[in-house]
Amino acid sequence: MRAKALLMGLGSAFALSACNAAGAGESSVESASSSSKGERSAFLGENGREPFPSTYRAYPGSETLIIPTTVFDGAGGRIDNGWVHFRDGKVVAVGGPTSAPPEVANVIGGSDKFVTPGIIDIHSHLGDYPSPSVPAHGDGNEATAPTTPDVWTEHSVWPQDPGFSRAMANGGITSLQILPGSANLMGGRSVTLKNVPSRTVQGMKFPDAPYGFKMACGENPKRVYGGRGRKPSTRMGNFAVNRQTWLDAIAYAEEDDPKRDLGKETLVGVLDGDILVHNHCYRADEMALVMDMAKEMGYKVSAFHHAVEAYKIGDLLRENEVCSAIWADWYGFKMESYDGIPQNAAYLQREGACVVIHSDDENSIQRLNQEAAKAQAAGKRMGVEISDADVISWITLNAAKAMGIDDMTGSLEPGKMADVVLWNGDPLSVYSRPEKVWVDGALLYDAQDRKRRPVSDFELGQPGAGDVK
Amino acid sequence: MMKCLLSGAAFAAIAVTAPVAAQDVAIINATVAIGDGSEPINEATVIVRGGEVVAVGTELRPDPSVPTIDAGGRWVTPGIVSAVTDLGLYDVGAVGASNDKSAGDSRFNAALNVAPAINPSSQHIKVSRAGGITRALVTPSHGNSLFAGQGAVIDLGADANAVMEAKAFQMANLGERGARLSGGSRTAAYVELANALAEARAFARGDWEGEEALLTRADAQALVPVVNGSQQLYVEVERAADIRNVLDLKRRYARLDLVLVGASEGWLVASEIAAAGVPVIADALDDLPASFEQLGATQSNIGRMKAAGVKVAIGRMSGTTDGHPRSAAQFAGNLVALSKVPGASGLSWGQAFATISSIPAEIAGHAGKFGVLKPGAVGDVVIWDGDPLEVNSAPTQVFIAGVEQPLDNHQTELAKRYRDLDESDLPKAYDW
Repeated sequence: MRAKALLMGLGSAFALSACNAAGAGESSVESASSSSKGERSAFLGENGREPFPSTYRAYPGSETLIIPTTVFDGAGGRIDNGWVHFRDGKVVAVGGPTSAPPEVANVIGGSDKFVTPGIIDIHSHLGDYPSPSVPAHGDGNEATAPTTPDVWTEHSVWPQDPGFSRAMANGGITSLQILPGSANLMGGRSVTLKNVPSRTVQGMKFPDAPYGFKMACGENPKRVYGGRGRKPSTRMGNFAVNRQTWLDAIAYAEEDDPKRDLGKETLVGVLDGDILVHNHCYRADEMALVMDMAKEMGYKVSAFHHAVEAYKIGDLLRENEVCSAIWADWYGFKMESYDGIPQNAAYLQREGACVVIHSDDENSIQRLNQEAAKAQAAGKRMGVEISDADVISWITLNAAKAMGIDDMTGSLEPGKMADVVLWNGDPLSVYSRPEKVWVDGALLYDAQDRKRRPVSDFELGQPGAGDVK
Repeated sequence: MMKCLLSGAAFAAIAVTAPVAAQDVAIINATVAIGDGSEPINEATVIVRGGEVVAVGTELRPDPSVPTIDAGGRWVTPGIVSAVTDLGLYDVGAVGASNDKSAGDSRFNAALNVAPAINPSSQHIKVSRAGGITRALVTPSHGNSLFAGQGAVIDLGADANAVMEAKAFQMANLGERGARLSGGSRTAAYVELANALAEARAFARGDWEGEEALLTRADAQALVPVVNGSQQLYVEVERAADIRNVLDLKRRYARLDLVLVGASEGWLVASEIAAAGVPVIADALDDLPASFEQLGATQSNIGRMKAAGVKVAIGRMSGTTDGHPRSAAQFAGNLVALSKVPGASGLSWGQAFATISSIPAEIAGHAGKFGVLKPGAVGDVVIWDGDPLEVNSAPTQVFIAGVEQPLDNHQTELAKRYRDLDESDLPKAYDW
């Protein structure tokens, strides 16, 4: 589909694909020209592998049956008096009161408990703006040029950020996308992580997750660079720089045997549909312009992030199949957020557009479930009723779709990763917290076992190390 | 309020919502939270007359002449009190011209007074009012000194008189921030503090010499009520050691009326805080080592301090839109949630609600006047469509000093306009 968009725009899809493999071996040429899922036209190393490959392997877990419980499956389904069965890191089956659960030794649950898929935050800066938030840790914005498509967030992520553990224990977060900041029009590649403690970032990288590419509209880039007396200093400057950068990338893609260029490789990966665009953008009018720019250049925006005015163009977003990754109720902190309303999510859902609730915050990531519930209630007060099960999809399957990992996680369906949260009550209530969190079937947080809780290197020997936090 | 008058603080201003507009009202058949830490009462009645609460209970028979609202079992509470907020001091945080939170380029610091900067028509005040906030402790932010200036107690009524009590407290920081602003170290901050209080004492004695002084006249004068104890000194500190240092100030400056703000590591010194009788306005739910002065931060901080006998209110709220007061109820609800988490320290529902109602009012010196539904309190009453601490609840009616308040604002008007995207007849600009 992405290749088709490019063909319509520029008539050079094949040339583009073939060029992607420049500098790589024979096998990578094949993979580059293949459009099959899971094979990236990304640029491979001498060994034929992607650089910095994931080394994550699921930890051991017990075959588990959770029964009885209320199940939100993440895909809009709800089962009362239901059960969830997982084994070998995968969901085996989900059932209700009329289907017979399997015989399993390890059975847990309770009629007052709820199960959801692992919560996914599509917009986090854990690791690249870690705690403690001292200047030496400010690794999220390569704010030295308005376009830095050559940088990769994974090279900034500090796996010892204590925020990962809070996100798991209090928020039930099992997967998250770490993005560069929004100082630049093109901020670089994102990285999708499993929320698993690791000594290395490679040990957290979500296997086979596509890369994302961070872009930013509006105030931030023009303020940062305009403030230095350089382009862009206006919104029209933002677009001019973006468009020329895309045109240069397209020309690069058409070159025979070009010199490797890290930034262009990422941009070509976007044009080729292998890298998903996550575009920080607040205003409705600006999002409409970005969608047209994407059509002109032959790429697709996967999600607008923050998107506080998305509710004004829910129809356009639906037609263009672009998700909106938003806060429940943030507004008024900057000019372009002035028109934020708590009904944003509900109004988008009303139009049939894709809604994702995000955090962009090391504290709010611990309460995405509550944020989703607030957004649901705000809609209800204006007559937009959205089921609890659909609201859960805002922080599970919809996030996974926009990140390109929905065939692996985001819902409780047979064969998917057993990323599971057992809640001690309704997850859409302020009074509920995760009781247990599994990642690929491995129990990595248990409220009832004080040792089953990650403590980062940074926290050892400090006041309150291992505390309930 | 009385303290300010007695101290002779130069410009103490007191304004009360005009009583002529107050309505008499009896709210019957309500689930009533008094706000004083007690648990809710079912099938109760609240009677407000002449702008004041006159009776609350289950056996009341309101005068038939008083207009009655049947709450139908819904929740009724006192208005929420936001402790330590910059409400009314800005329109858009990142639009400098609209933002009066701090004044780093000013020649003054302790003398800065938020009262004239508060805009009663601020959208954030309107949005907060619609969220059930009726009173707030508005504080300046630090600019060029460990002293940020003087905060005010305001009401959120839709009228011109927001400021109830100007110069209600002085705001200081004796942690990392105060150290940086004092020249780069806590060592400098404590010398700055000692010098400032010495100059204030000299000023009070009438022997302050402008030529030899380091403070401006206005700042020295502004610190007089702090050093003589007639104006509260709110001190932002996070680290356990810094908290101990602040408590220790009482030994040298016996009249200081201290309040701790922040206090992420308060739980580590909770018994000492309790023994000193110093109240705390805590950053609720902070649980990350955001800085080296918050290494011990935990969501159980408030619960543990409460258990040790500390008077503690919810203050700043991380991870919300500019720390918006509208989130106070959600944060209090989270403290209840902690009571179900093994190893954590939470609060009961009644205790949690008190951290955003009676306790901040008491800390600000207005015990019994707001933040509670008791005879003699102002008629700040909120009727909710559900459990007030639950994330899906919102007020349906808000009274401030007995006056029913409008709940509309920029957001509600946008929400009405975009209830649909139909522009078949005219552009959206005509939909208002």
